[in-house]
Amino acid sequence: MNTQAMTFDDSPAEAAFRAEARAWIAANAPHELLPLLSKAGFASVDMDEGDLVRAAKAWQKKKAAAGWSALQWPRQYGGRGATAVERVIWEQEEGPYGKLAFIFVIGFGMAGPTLIAHGTEEQKRRFLPKLISGEEIWCQLFSEPAAGSDLAGIRTRAEKVGDGWVVNGQKIWTSLAHLADYGILVARTDPTVPKHKGLSYFWVDMHAPAVEVRPIKQANGRSEFNEVYFTDLLLADHQRIGEVGRGWQVALTTLMNERLMIGTSMPTGFDALFDYCCELRTEQGLAIDDRAVRSKLADWAVRANGLKFNSLRGLSALAKGGTPGAENSIGKLVAGSMMQEIAMFAMNLQGRAGILVDPEASEAAGPFQEMLLRSPGTRIEGGTDEILRNIIAERVLGLPPDIRVDKDVPFDRIPASGAVTRGV
Amino acid sequence: MNLDFSDDQKALGEHARRLLSERSTSAVIRRVIEQQAPFDRDLWNSLAELGYLGAAIPEAYGGSGLGHLALCVIAGELGRALAPVPVASSIYLAAEFLMQAGSEAQKKSHLPRLASGESIGTFAFAEGVGAVTPKSIQSSVTAGNLQGRKLAVMDGGAADLAVVAARAASKREDLSLYLVDLNGPGVTREPVATIDPTRGHANLVFDGAPAELLGAPGSGAAAIARVLDRTAVLIAFEQVGGAERALEMARDYSLQRSAFGRPIGSFQALKHMLADMYVSATLARSNAYYGAWALSIDAPELPVAAATARVSATKAFQHCARNCIQVHGGMGFTWEFDCHLYYRRANLLALALGGLAEWEDLLIERMKSGKAARA
Repeated sequence: MNTQAMTFDDSPAEAAFRAEARAWIAANAPHELLPLLSKAGFASVDMDEGDLVRAAKAWQKKKAAAGWSALQWPRQYGGRGATAVERVIWEQEEGPYGKLAFIFVIGFGMAGPTLIAHGTEEQKRRFLPKLISGEEIWCQLFSEPAAGSDLAGIRTRAEKVGDGWVVNGQKIWTSLAHLADYGILVARTDPTVPKHKGLSYFWVDMHAPAVEVRPIKQANGRSEFNEVYFTDLLLADHQRIGEVGRGWQVALTTLMNERLMIGTSMPTGFDALFDYCCELRTEQGLAIDDRAVRSKLADWAVRANGLKFNSLRGLSALAKGGTPGAENSIGKLVAGSMMQEIAMFAMNLQGRAGILVDPEASEAAGPFQEMLLRSPGTRIEGGTDEILRNIIAERVLGLPPDIRVDKDVPFDRIPASGAVTRGV
Repeated sequence: MNLDFSDDQKALGEHARRLLSERSTSAVIRRVIEQQAPFDRDLWNSLAELGYLGAAIPEAYGGSGLGHLALCVIAGELGRALAPVPVASSIYLAAEFLMQAGSEAQKKSHLPRLASGESIGTFAFAEGVGAVTPKSIQSSVTAGNLQGRKLAVMDGGAADLAVVAARAASKREDLSLYLVDLNGPGVTREPVATIDPTRGHANLVFDGAPAELLGAPGSGAAAIARVLDRTAVLIAFEQVGGAERALEMARDYSLQRSAFGRPIGSFQALKHMLADMYVSATLARSNAYYGAWALSIDAPELPVAAATARVSATKAFQHCARNCIQVHGGMGFTWEFDCHLYYRRANLLALALGGLAEWEDLLIERMKSGKAARA
């Protein structure tokens, strides 16, 4: 019977875990990187990529050797077997050093949990230890130019040849592909059956010559994602994860973990805006003292707080043995559009100077302009706002699914979409 | 770390939900509206007998001593059921004022009667249009006699006892609090119609009514701020309960009603509207839990937590109640369907403790001072 009162304090066991984590981090963390990491956003540390990867791998290796990696994974697979609350305590204590782990997010958040759920013992023994120790980096090969939200519509084909498979096709929006050693791939193994039934799931060696990685230049001018091309890539049958034709079910495990991972760590931009409004002076005084500004800030404050306490409620449920569900879909849905609105609002406060992007040119330029140009992508990646609303409507509220005209049609009988026009 | 109610508290909530689903039905609520009865006496008596009214009142003062977390759970169920009873006025306001500012004798004399439902209390504050400021209050007490006129006091027609904000003398600018027997001399009640007839309201006119000081003279503003924060958390639970019920009604209707050959709940326009209602109700519930935590231990964070809970819950209930009508289409705009009852209650509660703009302003002011204090 749970009679525990509401509290934000650690239980004695949680406090002991925190003290142990804190002491170990103080003695072992790469302190020389702290100033850089403290300034950085997640996945945007201002440092040479090669140096960053080396630093990230070194920190991961150290953590793994001392038992601080893969905290929540079962002990039998090299994890620590820690609770969800302990993982959060670790993240709080690790602080800015946690940003080094971004190159391992696909491994820990998707590939690892999928292997644990669906992999063979041999696959688990081969891959999990090196994932945990940071020796190997993973990427996820799901989205395609003609299959985004409609993921089951992918066209990359894996054809059975002898004992193995030959893969041809193209993937897109693959983060970390240029750094990755391995990838998790969903490919079509049978185009003659309806789309969800003809897929299979594999692991891929990203260093194979038949794999070509090309960076994508994004709308904001940066390159965080890649396109990946497969030309007659040969896969052995032991590279398959799960049964032939069951790739969709395996992919759902990966996607549920993706939403969990994204949902718990989404920044909203609110703290930056609040601090900015406390400092920004206008002729009428500080921006924060303006009633109109306050009204907007209050709206975002309650959304940002709501997300935070929503995660803590989820964590409390998890700590009592509950399972996280589709409620987690609200995190990115709320945070994504908030970032976009907050960026526009902050720039509006800057007036005509708000257009500037170079911090050298104006004190106003910088984070909000970056946020403006990055946030449209946030509302699309890992499930668009519209898909997330569908998930809430269908899985949480129990509303009927959309009518899917292609659901029971063999994949090779579905009319292909027309050519996608780029530019004008 | 634990941001959840205990199993006991959840069981209490389930019990309250069962009781209210039988005793606070649409028919009961409509009897209150149509007979112009101020509240449902049978339901009120049951809530008293079960110890719900006295949940947050210590046993030494006749309460059941279950604590404020239990009262939050009960409030959520009362809000969900639109219970037509004066709990907010008598318990969240009057009893809290007595517990926060009352002398031992005042607590001993009044709290047991509020806990047992024998006496009904309320809070008389506003006198005119716009946000209440000390300057906007003209009521004053001279030699123990209250002169003044209070606007649209919730349950003002049914209440026996009022906590009244007034000046200790007509020239003093700071506020004091007084206890006034509304059944005594010098009190006239003028029932007034409001947007939500499920709750009675009356103007209270005081002409030399005997008034007993509650707390130190001039300490009224601080006590009011303190109590309104506490009340805001409890009302936030009522709002969240109402928002979630309005969402459920809309969801259920969208599954039953067909148009163009399919349930209207299969159209994305409605699915997305309902998903957004779920998001705002869920965020509001999580913020209300933060408020409940702060209320339960009287945390220094209570002012920020209360304003957060209030702003979030006010918006969520208004959002869900408004869209509940929209999802129901023309039927949602009939008197017969209950959608308008939620719409009315959402907008009553949005103003009952001062409007959204006031609380938004309070929230940011408090966050700003918090940031300055940390720096």
